[in-house]
Amino acid sequence: MNGSGILDRRGTIFIVLVLAAGVLVPASNLLLSPSSPFYVSDYLVPLLGKYLCYALLAVAVDLVWGYCGVLSLGHGAFFALGGYAMGMYLMRQIGARGVYGNPVLPDFMVFLNYKELPWFWLGFNHFPFAALMVLLVPGALAFLFGWFAFRSRVTGVYLSIITQAMTFALMLAFFRNDMGFGGNNGLTDFKDILGFPITAGTTRGALFFASAIALVGGYLICRGLVVSKYGKVLVAVRDAESRTRFLGYKVANYKLLAWTLSAMLAGVAGALYVPQVGIINPGEFAPANSIETVIWVAVGGRGTLVGAALGALVVNAGKTWFTGVLPEAWLFALGALFVVVTLFLPRGIIGLWGDVSERLRKPKPDQVPEAEAPAKAAE
Amino acid sequence: MSLVHRLQTAMLLLAAVVLLACAAPASAQTPAAQPPSADLAPALEKIAADSYSDTEAALALLSTSTSPQAAVIVAALADGRLLIDAATKSVYVRAADGTLSAAATGATVSPAPAGLKAVRLNNRVRRAIDAASGALSLLAPEPARRAEAAAAVFKSRDAAALPTLQAAIAKETIPSVREALEQARAAILITAPGISEADRLGAVKLVTARGDQEALALLSNLPADATPAVKTTAEQGVAAINRSLAMWNVAQNVWYGLSLGSVLLLAAIGLAITFGVMGVINMAHGEMVMLGAYTTYMVQDVIRTSYPGLFGWSLAIALPLAFLFTALVGILIERLVIRFLYGRALETLLATWGLSLMLQQAVRTIFGPTNKEVGAPSWMSGAFQVGQLSITYNRLWIIVFALIVFVALLVVLKRTSLGLYVRAVTQNRRMAAAMGIRTGRIDALTFGLGSGIAGIAGVALSQIDNVSPNLGQGYIIDSFMVVVFGGVGNLWGTLVGAFTLGIANKLLEPFAGAVLGKIVLLVCIILFIQKRPRGLFALKGRAVEA
Amino acid sequence: MEPIAQSLLYLDNISVVFDGFRALNKLSLTIEEAEMRAIIGPNGAGKTTMMDVITGKTRPTAGEALFAGVHDLTTMDEADIAQLGIGRKFQTPTVFDMHTVEDNLLLAVKSDRRAFANISWRRTSHEKARIGELLERIRLKDQRHRKAAELSHGQKQWLEIGMLLAQEPRLLLVDEPAAGMTDQETADTADLLRDIARTRSVVVVEHDMQFVRDLDVKVTVLHEGSVLAEGSLDQVSANERVIEVYLGR
Ligand SMILES: Nc1ncnc2c1ncn2[C@@H]1O[C@H](COP(=O)(O)OP(=O)(O)OP(=O)(O)O)[C@@H](O)[C@H]1O
Ligand SMILES: [Mg+2]
Repeated sequence: MNGSGILDRRGTIFIVLVLAAGVLVPASNLLLSPSSPFYVSDYLVPLLGKYLCYALLAVAVDLVWGYCGVLSLGHGAFFALGGYAMGMYLMRQIGARGVYGNPVLPDFMVFLNYKELPWFWLGFNHFPFAALMVLLVPGALAFLFGWFAFRSRVTGVYLSIITQAMTFALMLAFFRNDMGFGGNNGLTDFKDILGFPITAGTTRGALFFASAIALVGGYLICRGLVVSKYGKVLVAVRDAESRTRFLGYKVANYKLLAWTLSAMLAGVAGALYVPQVGIINPGEFAPANSIETVIWVAVGGRGTLVGAALGALVVNAGKTWFTGVLPEAWLFALGALFVVVTLFLPRGIIGLWGDVSERLRKPKPDQVPEAEAPAKAAE
Repeated sequence: MSLVHRLQTAMLLLAAVVLLACAAPASAQTPAAQPPSADLAPALEKIAADSYSDTEAALALLSTSTSPQAAVIVAALADGRLLIDAATKSVYVRAADGTLSAAATGATVSPAPAGLKAVRLNNRVRRAIDAASGALSLLAPEPARRAEAAAAVFKSRDAAALPTLQAAIAKETIPSVREALEQARAAILITAPGISEADRLGAVKLVTARGDQEALALLSNLPADATPAVKTTAEQGVAAINRSLAMWNVAQNVWYGLSLGSVLLLAAIGLAITFGVMGVINMAHGEMVMLGAYTTYMVQDVIRTSYPGLFGWSLAIALPLAFLFTALVGILIERLVIRFLYGRALETLLATWGLSLMLQQAVRTIFGPTNKEVGAPSWMSGAFQVGQLSITYNRLWIIVFALIVFVALLVVLKRTSLGLYVRAVTQNRRMAAAMGIRTGRIDALTFGLGSGIAGIAGVALSQIDNVSPNLGQGYIIDSFMVVVFGGVGNLWGTLVGAFTLGIANKLLEPFAGAVLGKIVLLVCIILFIQKRPRGLFALKGRAVEA
Repeated sequence: MEPIAQSLLYLDNISVVFDGFRALNKLSLTIEEAEMRAIIGPNGAGKTTMMDVITGKTRPTAGEALFAGVHDLTTMDEADIAQLGIGRKFQTPTVFDMHTVEDNLLLAVKSDRRAFANISWRRTSHEKARIGELLERIRLKDQRHRKAAELSHGQKQWLEIGMLLAQEPRLLLVDEPAAGMTDQETADTADLLRDIARTRSVVVVEHDMQFVRDLDVKVTVLHEGSVLAEGSLDQVSANERVIEVYLGR
């Protein structure tokens, strides 16, 4: 049951928790002594930060899948493009400190005998420009793709498959050395960001905090959209697309807006991800990654935003744990998760939680709508 | 079923070709002792002198010798098995098995005299050996060797071979060998100095007709004394050859495209059933292919260890087993997972993706992550030449096989009661159920059929791809592209889609490179789907819109 | 722009061919401002297809379709046509199942349809009043917070009629509104439509002859994609060819 305001109870709890983590995790890492039981290790901070980025990606996917019915199997591409934009900034910050000591060209270009910087690398030495590209590049690609796809009314499985083809094509492209993005190895060996050493505890803490803020911000933007009338139209499109057209709504535009915004959020997630894991390579474009993202959303609960974020955190925590304890079993577990969730948990953890808590409270069936009615009328 | 009939005929023809090819290599022969031949003596004398220039001169003599012993001597010289006794100035040949014989007569000599040493070789001598052995083979009794020798002379353009060549041409009765000999002569006539214009012009024409890379090289490097008329004719010849080579090149790429198309067809055809007919997005389809390939591996493993004689049959044995095994796995998947998800296409996509991860990991756990060696029976290996086209047997068989599978499937769907039920269930499930069709069973069987076909595709693909747990992953996106491009629910669309994409891919490759070509194709498909959201051969009507 | 035709809706020689099958065959029809027209015809006569053509769902193979004399319906998409003021009720009720009754109406109420405008949208008092009024009219006031999926078939029909009204269209296309309704509801629906037709044009497709009689308007009989007869119900039911088509010979 979604509340109708931007901030319902679930959303508020979510925001408070994320913000609290955003402050407490870096604080305990920086201020507490390693012997304290609450100390968060240097290893854990970027790992948790990575989870937050995944959560933001999941929220972005949920906006289009949960509310608009567009199952994207290519959001990993937007995530990776955002990551590459950030990676290019970080590469250029290395300057003459690279192995080859070239003040302008990144190491891999020197290695590949580049004489000068390719044009698309220009400007990435400025952070604001790079930050803009983090939004614009995924946004522009999504806009172009969506403009063609939604106008020609490609829907359902067909759309999913061509999003997958899109990320697959990009992966092949980025694997090529002559694309000018470092080929196989991608971009790595970053030194600093905005002048701060990238591996320093304070930088890590700041990046973690920034990821928490981005997650909350992304959530609020999506939440604002879905509770607006725009969001209602979006859900109408999801459930009965052609009926919505006969009411006079330009369905393609509605989808395009959500789709492009979602891609930009994915780009931001990727951009925050790269400095925390220290590398971006074409593997991020792999179709499998995008599909995995979808399962985070499904696990948490499609069409709930908070659920998507929750699913990303739970599944990735599980992945970390599994690959540490039983690396062989991880793919079995992930595979089983896909099957179990689609078969038995169509509404994910959030839906399950809702069912359980409802059963515990056992309200009279009529009471719920009655109780909500005055609240709505009072708006 | 005239198509089936024609396919059968084609297969018989192919089988005949294979048999011939296997029989072709001539058996090696051991020469019996020969009476000493008069024209060998001067040559042997020179060899016994053991100086490079004398050996060279000896080779020139040997190359025009009519004695069968000449070839033996030249071969021995090439391998360092020609020995001289410095004391007696006599020459011996040591056979590969160590027995010694007199060079002049071929009579066995034992015990071996002491102090034998091998005739020394340098690069010039080696070149002379090649020329001589080429010239000698020109007169060999076996046509295949004569043709080979002619090709060698064509390459070496050794003017010394000219007289032998003339003799060989005069004697030759087999047209194809004769042509090869004439071309060899033409090559010499073009390059050797001091040949008359008329001869050269004739030679240029002949070489032009040959039309391959080597003819091109020959015609572009005329000797300095070539007259203007010869030069212009040669230039025209070069242009003509370039044109025809370009055509052959396209033909070769089309062939590669057909081959790729057949692979795509095999991989996609099962998907065309599960996705196209049933509307199930089976992301584990690629893993069914992989399981089929592993079945082949298992079959070959058992055969190698227990019944090595059956190796030639391994693929034939693997086919039904792979079909049954993967069909069984498919039926299990349908009964345990997919049947709860009908009508929820996107959910089946996720669930089957999960299954594919589990299957991959299972295979990885059992067989390890590395590639497994799957061997090719002899009838699958080798290649033959059609014009400038080189055609490998494994590719050829896979094309034939893909078409057979396609036709068989078409027949099953159109002519059998299973096919009728499948179509009934997919068009109106409730109606079909009301009419007494056991829809659950039909679903399971259909899914099993689609999976089984993926399995036999795996048997074929094991011949040209690495058999590893990731085998299926490589095909899944391509297969979906084929089905979507061809039009869902239409087997003919899948056929056309597979071959179109295969050929387009291979024709793009020379211009764009393999990776970029693939990217270009993906982008084209993405754009194509925007234009025709339901594919090339779209189903029409109200049912589709719902 | 100078109107080419005077009528509100002007269909001329419309043909629709599906794979060689003629669903509409040189159909011509005009609807005047504030006119109600009943369309009858046997199953497969092409009634729904005609509505598909008017609302932009199906493109005619040949022919002309003009709205208000100037708008060429054959070149516009569904959303543009709806924004012109052509509303449609479908043969099988289609409402937004996951939305409440109230939200269904909200989505239909005449307003700015652009995406960006609806992000910063706030419910106006006008909208609230309008929705209240509509709920009253379609008798779903007590169900306003229920999900549309939970409604009965008849209630969904009413909700769809309510959504149609909410759009304040100039032309309403109503496909079999009485299907699945009780006699009383059917009569009420007829009343409602007559009421609407005072200010707007209405095209009703219906198989229920009593309902058509209640409407008491000009009737057009379609058969095999073209107009067979036109006139009052009594006139057309006396027509030889109509009898032939309905009784079959
Ligand atoms: N998209 C389509 N593809 C193929 N045929 C179609 C399509 N739409 C309609 N038809 C055919 O056109 C004919 C007219 O259909 P239509 O739905 O307009 O009839 P109708 O008069 O509304 O019938 P009913 O009274 O049963 O609703 C039918 O024979 C139908 O099968
Ligand atoms: Mg109808």
